[in-house]
Amino acid sequence: MITFVLQRVLQSILVMLTVALIAFGLFRYVGDPINNMVGQDTTIEERAELRERLGLNDAFLVQFGRFAANAAKGEFGFSYQHRRPVSELIAERLPATLELSLVSAILALVIGIPMGVYTAIRRHGAMSHAFMTLSLIGISLPTFLIGILLILFFGVILRWLPTFGRGDVIEIGWWTTGFLTASGLKSLIMPAITLALFQMTLIMRLVRAEMLEVLRTDFVKFGRARGLPDRYVHFVTALKNTLVPVITITGLQLGSIIAFAIITESVFQWPGMGLLFIQAIGEVDIPVMAAYLVLIAFFFVVINLIVDVLYYVVDPRLRVDRAGSGGH
Amino acid sequence: MKHAKTAVRALLAGGLMMGAASAANAETFKWAFQGDLQTLDPHGLFETMTLGFQRNIYEGLVARNDKMEMEGALAESWENTEPTTWRFKLRKGVKFHDGSDFKADDVAFSVERLRTEGSDMKVVAALIKEAKVIDDYTIDLITPSPNPILPLQLEIFYIMDKQWAEKNKAVAATNVKGGDEGNFANLNANGTGPFIVKERQSGVKTVLTRNPNYWGSIPTNVTEAVFTPIDQDATRVAALISGNVDMAYPIPVQDWKRLEDAAGVKPLTGPEARTIFLGFDQLREELTTSNLKGKNPCKDVRVRKAFMQAINIDAIKAKVMRGAATPTGLMVAPQINGFNKSMNTRPPYDVEAAKKLMADAGYADGFEVTMDCPNNRYVNDEKICQASASMLAKINVKVNLLAQPKSKYFGKVLAQNNYDTSFFLLGWTPSTFDSHNPIASLMACRGGEDKLGAFNLGGYCNPKINELAAKIQSETDQEKRQAMIDEAFKIHQDEVGHIPLHQQPLSWGVSDKVDVVQRPDNVFDLRYTVVKK
Repeated sequence: MITFVLQRVLQSILVMLTVALIAFGLFRYVGDPINNMVGQDTTIEERAELRERLGLNDAFLVQFGRFAANAAKGEFGFSYQHRRPVSELIAERLPATLELSLVSAILALVIGIPMGVYTAIRRHGAMSHAFMTLSLIGISLPTFLIGILLILFFGVILRWLPTFGRGDVIEIGWWTTGFLTASGLKSLIMPAITLALFQMTLIMRLVRAEMLEVLRTDFVKFGRARGLPDRYVHFVTALKNTLVPVITITGLQLGSIIAFAIITESVFQWPGMGLLFIQAIGEVDIPVMAAYLVLIAFFFVVINLIVDVLYYVVDPRLRVDRAGSGGH
Repeated sequence: MKHAKTAVRALLAGGLMMGAASAANAETFKWAFQGDLQTLDPHGLFETMTLGFQRNIYEGLVARNDKMEMEGALAESWENTEPTTWRFKLRKGVKFHDGSDFKADDVAFSVERLRTEGSDMKVVAALIKEAKVIDDYTIDLITPSPNPILPLQLEIFYIMDKQWAEKNKAVAATNVKGGDEGNFANLNANGTGPFIVKERQSGVKTVLTRNPNYWGSIPTNVTEAVFTPIDQDATRVAALISGNVDMAYPIPVQDWKRLEDAAGVKPLTGPEARTIFLGFDQLREELTTSNLKGKNPCKDVRVRKAFMQAINIDAIKAKVMRGAATPTGLMVAPQINGFNKSMNTRPPYDVEAAKKLMADAGYADGFEVTMDCPNNRYVNDEKICQASASMLAKINVKVNLLAQPKSKYFGKVLAQNNYDTSFFLLGWTPSTFDSHNPIASLMACRGGEDKLGAFNLGGYCNPKINELAAKIQSETDQEKRQAMIDEAFKIHQDEVGHIPLHQQPLSWGVSDKVDVVQRPDNVFDLRYTVVKK
């Protein structure tokens, strides 16, 4: 197990380096950062001098090497646009993104799994059809459209919820939280739903399909024959056996929730890392873009690792197999 | 469990009550723009929005009022004591936000701060050879050569407190390069202006409160002002209509109708001082993006004139700009010093005449050319380019449109990439509000000893304009100066150095609950913002 984890950690460093390399290769196509850092009247000589000072004239590999060396020390440089260390900026924006992603993931699981189980058991019920139709909308409508429709309905027409931002936040150490204020919670509702909707429908459909499969298996039939109550058969015997693929997908999706938060964050002007990244692209803020991409790669790698470890916990067969194959 | 619930409820109620209380005893004003100011450092970035925002916190020696007239701010009066000396008498009794007195030392210090490595205002620093402190409230600014418009050019030069800067290790301007991580002046401010920075989260939110000790009397009754950058147009418009902000800008031209139909908000529009124009590569022997080899048709004034006559500016105004642009024949707007109304004429839109000009020049069959165009910089920029391209097709010029985001566009067409463009669209607001600026930056020959023409992307060149630019710079007689400005504009117009199109509209959205003043340079000034009771 420990060697397995170590192996994964080594692999993950390689993944992050690769991501950084590809990212750096792409930055030259994003545009020129200098013009966003100077005013209209700044002379050509000053612009050239600034370019030189920033090391933008160096060869691609030199720039990348400098970035990788600094990143290894935990330094991500200095944002062109904000004129502040990137690590400080990311630390400032991280809580907003993580709170939003966490709430969305919980929403998706807490609503998605019961809906999946329900639609599997009552396949032809009116509610099931309603859920299935709803899930089609969730899967097919693009996130930004859902966000804008929510803003239009609950923000502009009904005026129940704030249309942008995070509301008032409370600082707890370096972390800022919107969970403890009324405006913070109200601001969270629409972005969380927007971000959760796709995952929710995905999980629901997945659970439903797995459940239908499992409900046909012999051990469920035997459970029923033993006289176990329906609720026990459905939620313990059957559901437990559908969880392996659900965990995989949920894990991977958690990564994409954090990554896809970009769109939701920019629609709701949610002050998280995604918004920081979008703004950085607009202004060609290379240090911020590079740090963000590497960080997202890191998240994916860590989540994958956790998912792999969870398999062992949930599925006893894996433990046996692994032990058995180790003997050969 | 029950206790926990009660506790949460108490917290919620507390939060709500706090919100209600602060709304009752203060005039809070909230506004949104499409981007953030990049820094609070007044010498960090020479850009309209950033400097316009800082104007609420910091002040210069002079300022513009709600009618764009120059008036004294930290200086009470100024005079040209010698051709190269401007003497400023400073206002007494002005205090910085931290309570220290404003004195001539602070002005001299701020001039030096402009020259530090991180400063983006070295252009302004270059206007001043030396700052001589005469006494605590008198300072002489020595210019390298006679400069009649120095006060005009100093409007955006803000004064920082010397002691404060020394105490907080902010004597040098915030450097984009880093090396002075966490320069105090980047995130903190200490000016003499009507508002004090209470909270600053870069890219997220900036909160200002009224300076109770402000020296001037100004119309505003705002006690707290909250600024949020909102990038997305749709979100910004929704925030305004739903009442989450009291003012938002810019509003897309196509959303004006929505604001008119919605209750409690209205669009606020007017002509901006920004002139939009087209330009051609007139320097290279061969256009880099054309099918014609070995020659450059744009060198021929007849071709340039044909382009101008082929463009139906009224159609662009009506269809693309929804009636909200002001077509122009000059490279400057009426608000700019030196604008001469009698010269603001265009040759008529006339496709037949244009075709004849093309035939005379030997290009009856036209040619192909690529047009560079930004798509997120000016109002409907890409659509203007599309319209122009289809109009030019009528005189057999096939325009291949390359519309890109501003970062890519400027990276391609500016000096650092050797002005790589054959045909382009650009916009310009003279930062000094004086005609000398576009004459020197856009029309003068580039690449010479005088370092003019940095934004003359097409390399249009008539040495006479460089001569005039130098003279206009130092001519103190207003009448003679105007005659020289007119002459430069006339040469440029006759030779069709560029094709001026229009002044674009300002487009703000404002709640009925507030009164604001709209400046033609798109600067929003809190001094004139009044929340109605």
